[in-house]
Amino acid sequence: MAELKELRTAYCEAIMELCEKDPNVVILDADLMRSVGTLSLKDKLGKRAIDCGIAEANMVGIASGLSTQGFVPFASTFSCFAARRTFDQFFISANYAKLNVKLVGTDPGVMAAFNGGTHMAFEDIGIMRMVPDLVIAEPSDCASVKGIVRAMYEHKGSCYLRLQRQAATDIYGEAEHFMLGRSKILCSGGDVTIIALGALMVHNAIAAAEKLKKEGIQATVIDALSVKPLDRDLIVSCAERTGAVVTCENHQIDGGLGIAVTKLLSQECPGCRIGYIGIDDRFGQVGTVDYLVGEYNLRAEDICAKVKSILK
Amino acid sequence: MKDYSELERFAALTRKNCLYCIANLGVGHLGGSMSIVEILTTLFNGEMRNLDPKDPKRDDRDLLVISKGHSGPALYSVLAEKGYFPMQWLKTLNKGGTLLPSHCDRNRTPGIDMSTGSLGQGISVACGMAYGAKLGYKDQRVYCIIGDGETEEGQNWEAAMFASANRLDNLIVMTDYNKLQLDGQVAEVVGLKDLEEKWQAFGWEVFRCDGHDLKDLDRAFSRCHEKNGKPKMIICDTVKAKGFPRLENKAESHNAKVTLQEVRELYHGEDPQWLN
Repeated sequence: MAELKELRTAYCEAIMELCEKDPNVVILDADLMRSVGTLSLKDKLGKRAIDCGIAEANMVGIASGLSTQGFVPFASTFSCFAARRTFDQFFISANYAKLNVKLVGTDPGVMAAFNGGTHMAFEDIGIMRMVPDLVIAEPSDCASVKGIVRAMYEHKGSCYLRLQRQAATDIYGEAEHFMLGRSKILCSGGDVTIIALGALMVHNAIAAAEKLKKEGIQATVIDALSVKPLDRDLIVSCAERTGAVVTCENHQIDGGLGIAVTKLLSQECPGCRIGYIGIDDRFGQVGTVDYLVGEYNLRAEDICAKVKSILK
Repeated sequence: MKDYSELERFAALTRKNCLYCIANLGVGHLGGSMSIVEILTTLFNGEMRNLDPKDPKRDDRDLLVISKGHSGPALYSVLAEKGYFPMQWLKTLNKGGTLLPSHCDRNRTPGIDMSTGSLGQGISVACGMAYGAKLGYKDQRVYCIIGDGETEEGQNWEAAMFASANRLDNLIVMTDYNKLQLDGQVAEVVGLKDLEEKWQAFGWEVFRCDGHDLKDLDRAFSRCHEKNGKPKMIICDTVKAKGFPRLENKAESHNAKVTLQEVRELYHGEDPQWLN
């Protein structure tokens, strides 16, 4: 089995490609360069790599100021700090001011593992979804990380990239093209649509679809990739075809992908049965990712059970 | 010797227009607007370079962030007088659909470089602008006005460390030190202790001046242009609601009701033309 590449490596490669192409691309960090992986870019980028120290709110303000000067800042920190600590700065200085700030939140949800409840963002999508016009995406493998980073760079406006930095099995080839607001169908089946977000949940959804197939249930699996905007046409057409949808996210159910999908389908596909896999109104805690996936019912078998319960 | 009489006329006119602008609506952030009239007069009459009302986004202009975004009315009076937009706009303050909202908005008002209002954020943005100017090899100064009460926001001190560490000597921050905030005297709410010492300890070059004395302001600014690796802080001693006797030096002037009648009495019925 080939060694898996970490998603943060793909992120740094994508950033470096952009930096080589455009001198206006800059990166900002808040004393987490070693964790995010951007430390590997520091020497190459010189003054274009800005470590703001442990001051995330200030970092987002500085990124906003750089944006007024025509720079394209990518500011990264853990997703808990990106969403909770810098929210007002990101809301006002970056988004209300209509600037072009790319905020990157790593270690989402249970991926924070041993850092535990204080560092476990189950609510970042919910918070960010409330920002008008903000683009929100979570890639699922190295190719999608690169594609989405490129697409966010091309987009003139602020974005939130939710980024698992740990390794994940490849889903897409290097040549795959990614667009903001677009999801991908990974396999097609007529009984149920499973919409999953992020590497952890997309891989669990694929595993769930394989298990269901053995039991005679044919599932369509969608890699959501984009939370805002939703890929409306693709989601509605799959929901209409299957009549049942299960959303899977490494995030609080309230405020997350599932609720966004429900809002869409309540208007466009009323009567569609919907089930949710995600964290149900709980705080985080320490543990291995495997332990936490079990603790919060995010496993492939949890997805299978949810599918069967809504198909009853 | 520089002739300050024209500047004094400009400041007096700005103060009058600002008062009428707020009184025309009947309520507004009068205190903190009136305390920065002379600071703005100095900035917009020579201190800030390459300003062009016909090209408000001119690439090589010096930049201004009014972090105490509620002082919009003072800035609007200056921008109107300078020709960024018609004086009549001052009649629209805070009315539905206006281009002059209570708090500064870079996407609505020509001549505004940053949207502000959530206190403490402006100085970080100004740091980013100043860093960007250096990164782009631009000879550009970035100015930022913060409030003394606003200084209670911790983000200011995060930015203070950043500016010093990154040798942002093209950044000039002014504290509108009127000693009052909404809930009372700054010294009594939590207290800033020795503000000069604080900024010095953060590695800034600190100057102090009378924020209503145009000559003293000029003197302070003239010492801020040195490229010596240090960000500059001018602590401007000011009076909240300066020039409006009923509320002068009173905390309740922060966001106060003002009638056209009392402003007319102050100016002996000489309404500005734009009001009609």
